[in-house]
Amino acid sequence: MERMSFDLAQTPLRELNSFLHRDAPAKGVQKVVVTNPDGAHNIAVGLDCPVEVDVHGHAGYYAGGMNKTGTVTIFGSAGTGVAENMMSGRVHVKGFASNGAGASMHGGLLVIDGDAGLRCGISLKGGDIVVGGSVGSFSAFMAQAGRMVICGDAGDALGDSLYEAVLYVRGSIKSLGADAQIEPMSEADYAAVKSLLDAAGMQHDPKDFKRVASARSLYHWNADADQEY
Amino acid sequence: MSSNDHSKPVAKEESFGYDSKTIAYIRNAAAHGLYEIRGMGAKRQLPNFDDLVFLGASLSRYPLEGYREKCSTKTVLGTRFAKKPIELEIPITIAGMSFGSLSANVKEALGRAATEVGTSTTTGDGGMTQEERQSSKTLVYQCLPSRYGFNPDDVRRADAIEMVIGQGAKPGGGGMLLGQKVSPRVAKMRTLPAGIDQRSACRHPDWTGPDDLAIKIQELRELTDWEKPIYVKVGATRTFNDVKLAVHSGADVVVVDGMQGGTAATQTCFIEHVGIPTLAAVRQAVDALEDLDMMGKVQLIVSGGIRSGPDVAKALAMGADAVSIGQGVLIALGCNHDSYYQNSAHHDASAGYAALGTVPGYCHHCHTGKCPVGITTQDAVLEQRLTPEVGARHLKNYLKTLNMELTTIARACGKQNVHHLEREDLVALTLEAAAMARVPLAGTNWIPGVSGF
Amino acid sequence: MCGIVGLLVKKPALRSRLGELMVPMLIGMTERGPDSAGLAVFTEPLAENMRKISLYSGMCEEGADFNWLGLGHELKEHLGIDATITAQGNHAILTAAIAPEPVKRWIKERHPKLHILSTGRAIDLYKDIGTPAEVAARYAFSGLAGSHLVGHTRMATESAVTPDRAHPFTAGEDFCLVHNGSLSNPYGVRRMLEPHGIRFETDNDTEAACRFLEWRLREGDDLETALQKGFEALDGFYTFLMGTADKLALIRDPFACKPAVVAETDDYVAIASEFRSLAHLPDIKHARVFEPAPEEMYVWNA
Repeated sequence: MERMSFDLAQTPLRELNSFLHRDAPAKGVQKVVVTNPDGAHNIAVGLDCPVEVDVHGHAGYYAGGMNKTGTVTIFGSAGTGVAENMMSGRVHVKGFASNGAGASMHGGLLVIDGDAGLRCGISLKGGDIVVGGSVGSFSAFMAQAGRMVICGDAGDALGDSLYEAVLYVRGSIKSLGADAQIEPMSEADYAAVKSLLDAAGMQHDPKDFKRVASARSLYHWNADADQEY
Repeated sequence: MSSNDHSKPVAKEESFGYDSKTIAYIRNAAAHGLYEIRGMGAKRQLPNFDDLVFLGASLSRYPLEGYREKCSTKTVLGTRFAKKPIELEIPITIAGMSFGSLSANVKEALGRAATEVGTSTTTGDGGMTQEERQSSKTLVYQCLPSRYGFNPDDVRRADAIEMVIGQGAKPGGGGMLLGQKVSPRVAKMRTLPAGIDQRSACRHPDWTGPDDLAIKIQELRELTDWEKPIYVKVGATRTFNDVKLAVHSGADVVVVDGMQGGTAATQTCFIEHVGIPTLAAVRQAVDALEDLDMMGKVQLIVSGGIRSGPDVAKALAMGADAVSIGQGVLIALGCNHDSYYQNSAHHDASAGYAALGTVPGYCHHCHTGKCPVGITTQDAVLEQRLTPEVGARHLKNYLKTLNMELTTIARACGKQNVHHLEREDLVALTLEAAAMARVPLAGTNWIPGVSGF
Repeated sequence: MCGIVGLLVKKPALRSRLGELMVPMLIGMTERGPDSAGLAVFTEPLAENMRKISLYSGMCEEGADFNWLGLGHELKEHLGIDATITAQGNHAILTAAIAPEPVKRWIKERHPKLHILSTGRAIDLYKDIGTPAEVAARYAFSGLAGSHLVGHTRMATESAVTPDRAHPFTAGEDFCLVHNGSLSNPYGVRRMLEPHGIRFETDNDTEAACRFLEWRLREGDDLETALQKGFEALDGFYTFLMGTADKLALIRDPFACKPAVVAETDDYVAIASEFRSLAHLPDIKHARVFEPAPEEMYVWNA
């Protein structure tokens, strides 16, 4: 079978996720349509096969959480932690995303057409996040690796405690976090922004973006040893 | 006496508040402008299980024979919601200690010993290594604020998931690993540049509070199709409230880690001054479970300074279903020993301790990565000082001893099953212990704050 | 540890449906708060000389069998007051032309276990232990009418037989507050308020926030100023939803860890901790759905 439909107003979430984990890979299902999500949590968590899941409506927490190779599209908004810990694959939120979008992702692409809440990309460990709108405060907090493209504005403390992740911001930045700094854009950066925007289906001039990266001054706890008393 | 006389008697009156330790601390702070970081747990004297003793059988109670009459130690954890609860042969598990804080050889030794003895190991704040998954028959996979190495494939490979809110050594704090231990392999697992000092978050990135924890736990259940038990671990502080909230959030098992719990690296001020003793925490945790009528439905694991068979027995008598051991396990492997065993021979380790400015028995320098006996290190030379087979044998012996002592005590109290030990089998030797454990002072009916003298 | 809900209807024609629209919202928050539920509804205000007091007898020995009729007689006999008492089991609303404080003092002396839930000209307040569905059925929430309401479901830490610790908390008149989160300096706030003669009934951190804000309002701050002072004085994580006689107000702390979502149409403004609670509101598919920003005050007028 190629396509299945689940109405969450009638069917328990358990059945949808169980189907996605067992039957979808076994039967080679290509697409699953989910209707009446009505803010349910944990929709399509732990995908482990390249199935497409279309969610028609608003999703609750952790939609597409820990995704591996799957493609989840939410035709609505997403609650806290959309695509958290994603390993690979793609999650696309057509509306806005709440806090912690893409938290601790290791790979894959998260696209948010609207705004993202606070802590977007917190603890990022790889992968790419592209936000068509603005992101809330503390975004990219402790982001270790990966890339973020923010087409709108950023709130306070952007990139606080950044490691090796790189952020590209088109709009204004309310404030930078500890150890985050604005750096000049290179040709490689412009190319990266272009390819990420293309992948996200967004049109902006890469030249409008600023690069934010770590100053790396927190990498070594300042042991001022050998200082004579 | 003339002014040239140098035989004046020396009068030394030490200050209690400004003792030599405090003077050294202030001088150190003045020299460096930094706090001290170290490993191990609280070293200060605290009320602990030594302050409780058992009321063995005599005329009013009858003991069991040591060899012919069985005393069961089987323990099941995670019966509340999971399809596949954890079944252990003994109620003694190995606590979460990361690959990164420990070497890969040690993780393998832990796994081997645990498998042989029929218990579980726990991954720690650094992710799951192949060595541990392959060597450990029952593996509990931790999900921590840092999420280092956390991934769904390892969740699927694990036997249980432990959602860590905090640990006893540093409730309210996150993990710590200094650059010298962030080897290339550790760095890769944690997605960090090699050699840098790891900063860790103290809150989870995608949830805060028990109402959101409930949703996060459901996510893990959905991910694992409801098969695996979910543990929730807290460092002991407001334990009564925390355990109730953990139960409300949907935990199958609650793990409570008292202030004596160890760490490989954190600020000394955290270790010694934040958190409550395990003895006090156990009682609060049990009160919470009884209040919710969840005893036996949500299991309780207690950790933080569990050292001996009697400690295990007392924790169980107080109401725990199992204990978890960290520091004791490392000491069994050779931590603070003056020698190590490599290439079929004993080698003196004193030089290694001296280089750290300490001596065997007093070392707490896990954070340096220069463990003289090859345990809390990533150094390729040092880690060879712990051979997995040898370490596993020592650990197995230790766990067996604990279990034997546990059953000896249980039999002496007339129990056919160690889980039948109850708090009425205990009395206290000190006022603090009596008040914290709410167990009478030996020879009296007095529980301070509860009953009259 | 909690779920919050708020609803304000913009069209007078919808006021009779306020309760009916809200009940599924409250039930949607059951998993966040399975132990107890409460709600404050704001109706057409009484005349200036009138007051209504919501009362709860659940902590009295008689419980739901409390002699409300007898209470009315006593008020007449002792204080000369003609009170109308509308009762439903362990809850009643006492309406009379009174200065409320002496009456409340009398009630506290005479019936110390009778819990005074709220005082005002517009507010009626209900709270009890049980699931949100049970509490809603017990007091027939679906029949409630008014311009706006504030509701709460609770995940209790201490033993559930203390319904007085459920939210909403009230202070003064026609003011209530529900809270999702945990304040980290509630005792310091209490100790700051107590010398001003403010009495606390519980050790709940929310009560500290409620009495602080009400104190500021009573001291003459407008709502915005009071909330601004709240940002400075109150530490911790919180989403607060407040109701006054003619307003609904929402604020989130700077970290905004505790969730909140708003849905607005021409007919209503609805607030909840999770979208799940809003999913069944009329015309939700065309509503403007958004998340309130941290440290901003959202105020809607009834």
